[in-house]
Amino acid sequence: MTHRYIPHSEGDRQALLEAIGCSSVEELFATIPAPFRVREPLQVGGPLSEAELLAHLEGLAAANAQVRSHTSFLGAGAYDHFIPSLVRHLAGRAEFYTAYTPYQPEISQGTLQAIFEFQTLICQLTGMDVANASLYDGASATAEAALMARRVTRRRKVFLARSLHPEYRQVVATYLAGAAGDLVEVPFRDGVTDGDWLEGHVDGETACVIVQSPNVFGGVEDLAPLADVAHRQGALLVAIVAEPISLGLLRPPGEQGADIVAGEGQGFGIPLSFGGPYLGFFATRDAHVRAMPGRLVGETVDREGRRGYVLTMATREQHIRREQATSNICTNEGLCALMAAIYLATMGKEGLREVARLNLNKAAYTRDRLGALPGFRLKFRAPTFNEFVLEPPAPPARLLERLEAERILGGVDLGRWYPELRPALLVCVTETHARADIDRLAEALGRLGRA
Amino acid sequence: MAEPLGTTGLIFNEPLLFEQGAPGRRGYSLPACDVEAPPLDQLLPSHLVRKEIEDFPEVSEVEVVRHFTRMSQWNFAIDVGPYPLGSCTMKYNPKVNEEAARIPGFALAHPGQPDALSQGALRLMHELERFLADISGMDAVTLQPAAGAHGELAGMLMIRAYHIASDSVRTKVLVPDTAHGTNPASAALCGYKVVPIPTGERGYLRAERVASLVDDEVAAIMVTNPNTLGLFEEEIGEIAQVVHARGGLVYCDGANLNALLGIARPRSMGIDVLHFNLHKTFSTPHGGGGPGAGPVGVTRALAAFLPVPVIVKEGERFRQDYDRPRSIGRLRAFCGNFGMLVRAYSYILAYGPAGLREVAETAVLNANYLKERLKPYYHLPYDRPCMHECVFTDRRQGQHGVHTLDIAKRLMDFGIHPPTIYFPLVVQAALMIEPTETESREELDRIVEAFIRIAREAEVEPATVLEAPHHPKLSRLDEVRAARQPRLRWRRG
Amino acid sequence: MHYPPELKYTTEHEWARVQGNRVTVGITDYAQDALGDVVYVELPQPGARVIQGQPFGVVESVKSVSDLFAPVSGTVTEVNTPLPNNPDLINREPYGQGWMIVVEMEDPSQLGHLFTAQQYERHVQEFQG
Repeated sequence: MTHRYIPHSEGDRQALLEAIGCSSVEELFATIPAPFRVREPLQVGGPLSEAELLAHLEGLAAANAQVRSHTSFLGAGAYDHFIPSLVRHLAGRAEFYTAYTPYQPEISQGTLQAIFEFQTLICQLTGMDVANASLYDGASATAEAALMARRVTRRRKVFLARSLHPEYRQVVATYLAGAAGDLVEVPFRDGVTDGDWLEGHVDGETACVIVQSPNVFGGVEDLAPLADVAHRQGALLVAIVAEPISLGLLRPPGEQGADIVAGEGQGFGIPLSFGGPYLGFFATRDAHVRAMPGRLVGETVDREGRRGYVLTMATREQHIRREQATSNICTNEGLCALMAAIYLATMGKEGLREVARLNLNKAAYTRDRLGALPGFRLKFRAPTFNEFVLEPPAPPARLLERLEAERILGGVDLGRWYPELRPALLVCVTETHARADIDRLAEALGRLGRA
Repeated sequence: MAEPLGTTGLIFNEPLLFEQGAPGRRGYSLPACDVEAPPLDQLLPSHLVRKEIEDFPEVSEVEVVRHFTRMSQWNFAIDVGPYPLGSCTMKYNPKVNEEAARIPGFALAHPGQPDALSQGALRLMHELERFLADISGMDAVTLQPAAGAHGELAGMLMIRAYHIASDSVRTKVLVPDTAHGTNPASAALCGYKVVPIPTGERGYLRAERVASLVDDEVAAIMVTNPNTLGLFEEEIGEIAQVVHARGGLVYCDGANLNALLGIARPRSMGIDVLHFNLHKTFSTPHGGGGPGAGPVGVTRALAAFLPVPVIVKEGERFRQDYDRPRSIGRLRAFCGNFGMLVRAYSYILAYGPAGLREVAETAVLNANYLKERLKPYYHLPYDRPCMHECVFTDRRQGQHGVHTLDIAKRLMDFGIHPPTIYFPLVVQAALMIEPTETESREELDRIVEAFIRIAREAEVEPATVLEAPHHPKLSRLDEVRAARQPRLRWRRG
Repeated sequence: MHYPPELKYTTEHEWARVQGNRVTVGITDYAQDALGDVVYVELPQPGARVIQGQPFGVVESVKSVSDLFAPVSGTVTEVNTPLPNNPDLINREPYGQGWMIVVEMEDPSQLGHLFTAQQYERHVQEFQG
């Protein structure tokens, strides 16, 4: 039998075996002791022809809701933004997506220059000096930031804002396994981090304070005073951005005193894909570059003096420093970084601001409409970007289920993560929502809230 | 020799994004704002609003398209030519898998939507878990880790949790000197002291040597099987017994699982934890450095420690279970690199049981063919039947002043991607070659002919090799300069 | 390879120039050659205490990293401050401009643990096998 992905005919196999001096492929596996050999066929499904395969997968996909089959107001770390066609077409070029990590720079300049541009774009957006070639996602980037802050300061305590995405907090706790006692949760007040509380608790053992802005409630944090509190005790301020479109409008964390800015780049042209692959980004100050996790691309010249790009400062990484590396990361999210670079190039200076402004305007309109519905109120007064927390008159789970029947995904029930806020619904609005979508949500909620 | 694959062609120079365009150019379009737009300062305090994004690009759509298309043409890729990069398993990435991942029901599904409205995605994940469990023999699988190293972290954290749960204080992890750098780095991240194990002259680990190093402090041994020399760890069964006898566990780096599909199950060798690299064995594209996916399989004894969420099947319904009190926790937001899971699932179904076995057989056949054909020309430090890859050195060419790096660079001129070089570290100046099952006989012969020709050039015209590559857009790049004077971003000059 | 006879050497390829209690430290010609082009060096601050046989800094080439080991215990009194910005000096003049630190030695008897140039040369030959 010959499969379509394997080029050999039976004759080819025989010719290769002959050249090796073997009578059968079986002989090549003689070094595997008999007890380990599989005697019966595997139990996986297939084989399927391409047509059968697609039909099967279409069938599975049809059993999922998605943001076009439903009107979705879901956010909380994964955002539905319009993706220009060229992102898919350019990132879909096989020269990009079927290449390996650019270890051989002479024949990987496309990937390398794109990453160099990505690093630059992230620096420009965050207001930082240096950015890496990507990490897995926003949550693991947050954990890497905590580890780096502990290395840089040689201190142990990590302050995590309770308004940091709960799954990000869980990931930090996983990465810091064994040091759970070093994690301190910073309370919020009216939807943003409680600076007074922080002032009273950050101490000389504090490595960093980690704050997300916009935070998980959509609230825009005033980072500068928080940075001051951290810096007064010699700790770092780590700013996390889970909704990167906000960087088109909000003051960059680097201008507000952040020492590390990390987060999630999914909003930059990467499809929702049920949670991944996404794009962790990570930026810091020049002074800390050697403590950074992940790959870096740098500029240099070839033998004729022509400009080119290479992976550099690799002595920080696992393949050289092994157990003393700054991180164990190897494969990252290179193609997603490319997609983000293409998206940002397309949107450009004006477009990113404009799309951010659209998000802000539409979310504000929605917030005002829903907050004014009888029985509903807004949970917090802090300024928000494209998400906000609504307190409904009925348990959110019940409302959401009824909305689903009308093909609306009405938001995220925050009660699962924040029992103290119950009942609370996190609503996200982006440029993909027409006014009619929002009005439909308002009408349905108004009706269901009264019921 | 037949005409080499690599030739010259027209490619374009292309400046950085930041060096082109002009103020006022735009590549985007957005719908008009259809809601009231109050002045900005009514929505956000002015001190939290940014000024313009300094030096951000201003280019048209056409310029963006040309920019990235031109850059793409500077890349070598598996769709272009042979990519025998050892330990990386650069096999063909089937196109239908790309199609599958883009089906709107997958690509546009939000991770926060309710399980009841995500039954297709959860079913796919559950079935993929079962497939991987069957292939490896492991009892339970998590799909959450985003890459191999992330899987290692998950696996080592589960091992740590297992020992803590049995009140056993263990501080050390044994790692062979042939291991990928991620192994010691992941063990260290979990707080373990790494104890290297010398591989020895046969190229595989000796149970005797492991026995001399293992004690009650050892939490685990991290093996790679087949190992990075391309050899099956023949004493793996005994090694597992030795480690288990002292209460330790056996971790297996599954980077080289391609050789074992349908042939042998790691579980039967005594492996307790195994990670899979979907971007190696299961053909998901490497993307120029990711995304990957690094599922982890474990034995029943470790299943309680799997990261949350765990996908649970109840009747014909699926749900994500977060209530797992002994879990190590979460490794990332949401449930995994789902887009890569769709591709791997599609790959397995395209092959079916017999097809997967054919993958392993052909990968091993191709590697042995290259080994036999190149043996007369290159020094082969471990002359034994290999699995999916074989490792040569530059010892013979070195006599003429031509080294592994030079050989690698010269291969580019022939249209062949260089093998992995200078790894594993135990081999001086290694050339690690992994053809995979998807290279045709003609392509294999082109690889062989290019290597042979370089061996001859090393003797008669070494300068040609030392000055290589000659065809790519750029000649050798100055890595020393890049590291001494780091320029890690563009700045207006 | 050049091994000045007036210097003392460690098994880890550092040299020590002894002038009274002042000990100047660098890496040997063999070490710089084995590392290749040095791209980065990390040195302690003046006033830091170093311990014989323990790392006091790091030296890196593009693809390798080595700890620097103190030949004697004592207090760092001087640091070659231009060196981190000109790490190529370590390749060009390992025994001259490429020096790293000066240590005020605590216990001169520790010098007995170091190699002479002749012993070190033999050590290097054995090392290379």
